[in-house]
Amino acid sequence: MLWVMAALLPALAAGVAVFGWRALYVTLVCMLSCVVFEYASCRLLHHENSVGDASAALTGMLLGMNLPVTAPTWMCVVGSLLAIGLGKMCYGGLGGNPFNPALVGRVALFLACPKEMSFWVAPNGCALGTWVCSTLTGATPLAVLKTSATPHAAAASQGLGDLLPLFLGNIGGSLGETSALALLIGGAVLIALRIIRWQVPLVYIATVAVITGIAFLCKPLANVTLASYVGHQVLGGGLFLGAFFMATDMVTTPLSRKGAVVFALGCGVITSVIRLWGAFPEGVSFSILIMNTLTPLIDRCTAGRPFGVARTTDVEVKA
Amino acid sequence: MLHVVIVTVIGIVLGLAIGLIVKFFGVKPNVLAERLGELMPGANCGGCGFAGCADYANAMAAGKAKPGMCPSQSSESLQQVCEALGVASEERVPMTAVVCCSGDDDHASRRAFYNGVNDCVNAMIVAGGAKGCVFGCLGLGTCARACPFGAIEILPNHIAKVHAELCRACGKCVSVCPRKVIKLVPKAAPVHVFCNSPEKFPVKKKVCTGACIGCRKCDKAAPGQIVMNGFLAAVNYDNPPSAALAAVCPAKCLRVAQGHSADEAPAAVDGGQRQA
Amino acid sequence: MTTKANKFYGGVHPHEGKLSRRDAILAAPLQPLYTVPLQMHIGAPAKAVVAKGDKVLRGQVLGEAGGFVSAPVHSPTSGTVREVTTCLGVNGAQLPALVIESDGEDTECEPMPAIADWENADPKTLLKRIADAGIVGMGGAAFPTAVKLSPPPGREVDTLILNGVECEPCLTADHRLMLESPHQVVSGALIVGRILGVKRIVIAIEANKQDAIGLMREAVSGTPVDVMELRVRYPQGAEKQLIYAVTGRVVPSGKLPMDVRCVVMNVASAAACGDAVCNGRPLYERITTVTGTPLVNPRNYKFRIGTLYSTALELCGGVKEGVEVAKVISGGPMMGFSVYSLDIPVMKNTSGILLLSDEELRQFSPSACIRCGHCNDACPMELQPGILSVQIEHQKFDLAEKWHVMDCIECGCCAYICPAGRPLVQHMRRAKAVVIAARKAASAAAQGAKK
Repeated sequence: MLWVMAALLPALAAGVAVFGWRALYVTLVCMLSCVVFEYASCRLLHHENSVGDASAALTGMLLGMNLPVTAPTWMCVVGSLLAIGLGKMCYGGLGGNPFNPALVGRVALFLACPKEMSFWVAPNGCALGTWVCSTLTGATPLAVLKTSATPHAAAASQGLGDLLPLFLGNIGGSLGETSALALLIGGAVLIALRIIRWQVPLVYIATVAVITGIAFLCKPLANVTLASYVGHQVLGGGLFLGAFFMATDMVTTPLSRKGAVVFALGCGVITSVIRLWGAFPEGVSFSILIMNTLTPLIDRCTAGRPFGVARTTDVEVKA
Repeated sequence: MLHVVIVTVIGIVLGLAIGLIVKFFGVKPNVLAERLGELMPGANCGGCGFAGCADYANAMAAGKAKPGMCPSQSSESLQQVCEALGVASEERVPMTAVVCCSGDDDHASRRAFYNGVNDCVNAMIVAGGAKGCVFGCLGLGTCARACPFGAIEILPNHIAKVHAELCRACGKCVSVCPRKVIKLVPKAAPVHVFCNSPEKFPVKKKVCTGACIGCRKCDKAAPGQIVMNGFLAAVNYDNPPSAALAAVCPAKCLRVAQGHSADEAPAAVDGGQRQA
Repeated sequence: MTTKANKFYGGVHPHEGKLSRRDAILAAPLQPLYTVPLQMHIGAPAKAVVAKGDKVLRGQVLGEAGGFVSAPVHSPTSGTVREVTTCLGVNGAQLPALVIESDGEDTECEPMPAIADWENADPKTLLKRIADAGIVGMGGAAFPTAVKLSPPPGREVDTLILNGVECEPCLTADHRLMLESPHQVVSGALIVGRILGVKRIVIAIEANKQDAIGLMREAVSGTPVDVMELRVRYPQGAEKQLIYAVTGRVVPSGKLPMDVRCVVMNVASAAACGDAVCNGRPLYERITTVTGTPLVNPRNYKFRIGTLYSTALELCGGVKEGVEVAKVISGGPMMGFSVYSLDIPVMKNTSGILLLSDEELRQFSPSACIRCGHCNDACPMELQPGILSVQIEHQKFDLAEKWHVMDCIECGCCAYICPAGRPLVQHMRRAKAVVIAARKAASAAAQGAKK
């Protein structure tokens, strides 16, 4: 847990650099309230105090990084309550939750207060040292893509700019998801420490790239190259955060390597489908939550044959 | 106005339809089974041998089972069950479970340090448990976790204790205990022999200071009320001795059961207690 | 000639900690008392043929095999039978035992005639000799070797694998044996090969014992025996994994190596077979590694059977000052048994005595399974230990059986790797005990129904 939190630090730092100190404030509020709620539910349920395993703090950190920098404090607290209460403790605590708690919190907030959750600040240059970079709102790259896909707003596709800011994170979006570079550094650390499986982010991102690429080829946009389009799809939005830190959450994803790859593939497909044809510009959170529900099924179907057991006596799906 | 009429008519028609369907296709509730189900303790302990209270109630209503098989039932509710079934009620001796061991940490020695899975059955797999006496209570709480009524407490000095006022004598603990140290006895019997070891006195004395030393003093003081199983005295529960007999036991092994009086409520049942 | 070894799934690579790998085998000095258990093997205990006060000589039979699956027991030295009693076994059970008081002479009794011409001897004669010498599997299981070498009629065995893998960390007894008596191992291999009538004999050694591999290769030159180098991976020495690595054959679930025409034997057992046939000496001593960082001098000793653990530790200089010993383990750290008393004698299957200090021992405070899947990746039997442990915690033993808990070889990889410190092997062992009991009850009920 502590390693995962450490691996999230570069992305948080990037968020602070891009959006200002309030990014840190939002994250800390979420972490603190998650820990408090975890402690309170343990007391309430007569569980052993599980704050020490740092999972609540991690949930808070992930939740905070999934919020816009302008998220009001009360939203952070409510989101944390939903994440810990609804996403985790009501299933019996760590290890029992079927859904990623941070995503439960984020999606609940997103559905309850869509306006606040879509209030993206457009960073204008380096915001280091400021509280919040700017009060101008701007569309995220994905929202631009979404509107540009409709024939009436074809002109908006000119809003697709350089890929470099996307890679560095100097774009609108949730405070922790924008810098692909920082997320990549953190993810690489986790992979090197064998805390997460490298197959998961790779398969997830590759699936999104391939599907959106094919969709683009079938219906190209004016003034946009394939590389730029796919680049925006991959680097914009929460794909990197989701692929490295959410789809690899151990509790809610399949056990086996094979199962994890199936999981990542499913996430990639659902993300692409939501982004291309769904009502929302972003689909990472939903895709991971949907695949979370399929985890037990994937586990059963990918349960390996024990060494020396004939294929006919496989563990039945019924069992 | 028309809308109101249409909706009202639809409502009436559907309501009639539901009523008719229930009349012709509805499943008739088994009144007897429901009544019996209400009289059951509802703990689904399985002590009757059926898959829960409802299953047993259905079986009784269908004439496939006799009343009185539920060990957890109070005699009043048994009487009511018999009345509902229209059969003569039987007298039942109320029973309770008792942990026949004095080997807590103050009395019994340990031959090993056990830090494995906190469960008596698991402890038995590792060299037969860590307690010096191989017949005594291990105190890791398998019985407490199995008890559907929360009647067993693991005392801080690592021995199980049955709280008779909560015990419904379902026998779950008796069947799960790997040491077979829990016995079902009549609730009315005041004293019990708190030792389960049939070994010779010198062997027992090495591992436990609370063991029955086989002196037969109780047997001589109350002939017929105590039976000797080799070196271990046992209460003859068909003719139980009075509480006064406990005074003759030099090992303080024949005792009035603690917790068999109603004023003593159990503390939190701490099955998760680890032993050091 | 070598063929490439196959890789089995999973496994782990624990810290090797083979402190005594460079220490030559020492002969333990004669002790005044030996406690010889009559049951050092799987099967019926041996029947004592001596009584209290009898004079015995070294190598004399103390107990005869008590059934078909059983093995005789021989006296470790000359002296008097002081007591017919019981002693503590590694699993905590009391075993029937004899206490031999040494007379200090160490006189050998008339040995069994050496079968010098074993290359042409009748396999049955050789098999009888192995049975008479009381040889059992010395790697740990202690299954009587003569029974193992008598396949039921119609069963063909074509491959004999000698297990010199010694994949358990800390242990070096087999390693030293191969270094110091390679020819005895090879002759044992050829004798056993002759009994079984196999086509191929392979001595399998893990790649971290290059010196042994070199010496064994020299020793086998001119014989049909192969030496195969296997990758360093625990549990490379587990029977099913070893057969797969050497032959590529997969032992079906619930079946024995013989079902894939293989027999696996520990190198120490093979050397004992060689000794019994060529020199007529029964099994009354064995090489045991006494090791662990708390010990002053970790060593490989040749102990007479019946030497107490306490004596063994004394011979190694005892425990370093200021070091707290947390556990004494009979066998290796992965699969050995933790013992609570030092009054346990060295037996035919005692491959090591290991001391762990307080600092080395991971005290486990298990937390909830976070489904990380590390155990899945580590399980060499390709089971799902995490799922199984949760099922077992909820007492769903029938479910665990469906998820193949019975295929568990209790190697300990899952518990070793588990970041939550869950006692996975302990859960498996409990479930296996429950399932075996349930199966026995079911078959007994079926028998009853037939009658």
